[in-house]
Amino acid sequence: MGSVTTAYLAVDVISFNVDRLVSQFWQFTIDGLEWGSIYALVAVGYTLVYGVLRLINFAHSEIFMLGMFGQYTVLLLLGFTPSGNAYNEGTVMTIVYLSCALVGAIAVSGGAAVSLERVAYRPLRKRNAPSLVFLITAIGASFVIQEFVHFILPKLTNGELGGSNSQGLIQLVVPQVQFTVGGGQVTNLTLVIIISALVLAVATDTFINRTKFGRGIRSVAQDPITATLMGVSRERVIVLTFLIGGVLAGAAALLYTLKIPGGIIYSGGFILGIKAFSAAVLGGIGNLRGALLGGLLLGVMEKYGEALFGTQWKDVIAFVLLVLVLMFRPTGILGESLGRARA
Amino acid sequence: MTSVAATTVPPPAPPVAVGDRLRLWWNSLSRPAHWAFAVPFIAFLAILPLWRPAFINTTAIDFGVVMAQFGMYALLAIGLNVVVGQAGLLDLGYVGFYAIGAYTVALATSPTSPWNITGDDGWLSRQWAWLALLPLAAAITAISGLLLGSPTLRLRGDYLAIVTLGFGEIVRLLAENLRDLTNGGAGLPRIAYPVIGESATNRGGIFSAGNAVAQPWMPNAGTWWFWVCLFLIIVVLLVVGNLERSRVGRAWVSIREDEDAAEIMGVPTFKFKLWAFVIGASIGGMSGALYAGQVQFVTPTNFNIINSVLFLCAVVLGGQGNKLGVILGAFIIVYLPYRLQSVEIGDESLGDYKYLFFGLALMVLMIFRPQGLLPVRQKLLTYGRELYVAARRRSRASDSEAAK
Repeated sequence: MGSVTTAYLAVDVISFNVDRLVSQFWQFTIDGLEWGSIYALVAVGYTLVYGVLRLINFAHSEIFMLGMFGQYTVLLLLGFTPSGNAYNEGTVMTIVYLSCALVGAIAVSGGAAVSLERVAYRPLRKRNAPSLVFLITAIGASFVIQEFVHFILPKLTNGELGGSNSQGLIQLVVPQVQFTVGGGQVTNLTLVIIISALVLAVATDTFINRTKFGRGIRSVAQDPITATLMGVSRERVIVLTFLIGGVLAGAAALLYTLKIPGGIIYSGGFILGIKAFSAAVLGGIGNLRGALLGGLLLGVMEKYGEALFGTQWKDVIAFVLLVLVLMFRPTGILGESLGRARA
Repeated sequence: MTSVAATTVPPPAPPVAVGDRLRLWWNSLSRPAHWAFAVPFIAFLAILPLWRPAFINTTAIDFGVVMAQFGMYALLAIGLNVVVGQAGLLDLGYVGFYAIGAYTVALATSPTSPWNITGDDGWLSRQWAWLALLPLAAAITAISGLLLGSPTLRLRGDYLAIVTLGFGEIVRLLAENLRDLTNGGAGLPRIAYPVIGESATNRGGIFSAGNAVAQPWMPNAGTWWFWVCLFLIIVVLLVVGNLERSRVGRAWVSIREDEDAAEIMGVPTFKFKLWAFVIGASIGGMSGALYAGQVQFVTPTNFNIINSVLFLCAVVLGGQGNKLGVILGAFIIVYLPYRLQSVEIGDESLGDYKYLFFGLALMVLMIFRPQGLLPVRQKLLTYGRELYVAARRRSRASDSEAAK
């Protein structure tokens, strides 16, 4: 009976570390906000498409992944080599280079998102397919894009891009501590990520809530038929929605690669995509501000969880959080519906 | 105006395709006649890994092993079909149940595991441990299905997909992170399998991974496992088929077609959704136990989320809701990549591109044939077939009368 007496519960294996959370609370909060900003930007893509089409764009994570490759290509074209050494170009030139990379990322992601809509979703919409069919198509598209980068892209670029391994590092911004908040260190990278995410979030929010195009998107989300009768082109709104999602995913891809320069790989978008979707659900899917709030919240909670249980449990915490939120508040924190959420 | 009724033209008969004609013929056969076709076909499948005809044989991996894997995927596809095809619940974390089944057997029998109950001072002899644990694995996965399903099945379809996706990932991460228990990424080796037919050449018996002869008409371990799978598939098909034709199956179909309407008509939707989930889970767990026994080694990487999508691919490709269709789907998913592994274009093996092809297949299929290769036609009545045959007889009689 020795084997039975040595048996123990799994609970013993997971240890808590409250001290770490308390002593480094601010550091974890800052890291969490940093991650949360990236989640939030990707989550907007999910939430807008869901709001307008009631479709989970499963392939959005691949749009994000393509954005990483987009900015990497631009950097290669600008003459950077993946040596792994950090570049120090001075503040002004770094900003110029990063802007170029941003344009590349946004172009690739936005273009990919719009063409995905054209190729995969539009034929289904014409056929009035049920939502399950859309979701399965999205999964298929996700596979195709991933495998394209995995196998076909290296052939097209002579092995420069894509393939089974992640891309060599091009590090433009070296994290340097600028100041501290309650013991938590704020680096220049943190500032770049959080401030750009904030700017983009405010810009998107203004676009959706204040402009004519935004009104069109909201009207289609609220009632497609009436919106069409009022002269809103549903097709154009859908393309625009995918474009906004793609552009923000591209921007998020650049911020992500600044943080994790070695993360550019064909499978690099998958988990982040699921988490961004969780963030969108957390805030209330279909709701723009919900996605932003959910992203930040998920990032922070994940980091606190990491502090408590250890790094390897980070992903588990995100998913458990998702399940818990859906159980107790299925419409998310701020509630669903893009149309009504304008307060 | 009285002539209106007389002059109304009957609606034009829908065009009859080749598949429809085949289906008409098949549906008009009696049940014993169905079996008369099925038994030789099953026998043919069973001797396929012995016969190994050259155009079917796989070279990169032994054909017997490929067929065993096909058997496991077929079981998985049947189980997932109950959830996705019958009840219309999109489950993207089905691999989680597969993993739980495999890890149940692995944890209980691997010497590395602290929960090992085999061996000299254990409860089970290593010889029969696997067989004893097969129902246990099915039961434990059924319970896990209940635990996952009871909070999440109240969610709408899209949300359910993502929550189950999260569940699948959580199971894998648990297997990876509970190192003291599952040995983490290093995996659990030496899992028990039925030790039968030991001989000088087969030290571990016919089910041991060591039994790897690759000659025609010599059953190796893969072939033996395939036969076990085949037996289980037939049993599961009978059970699932009876469920399909019962009140339960009708409830599932009504939930799939319109959940609100079903609820209003008095179908306890949550209860039947949970049933579908639990039954699907236990079938997946059984397949996982088969996998653990056949490979005799499990690691978390075998249960990546991409496998879930592959299972779903089998179901969608074969035809959601059609249990024979999904077996065909499983065959395509497992067999084609291995067969194409030895087909090379340039210096590339076609098998590497399997996810690309499956992704494309999913996209193209959803646009042009969303019902899959072998679509299902729902028979909502228990005696639907008899009624159908009677109705056809009458319509044929009236046709011939009209011809006069």
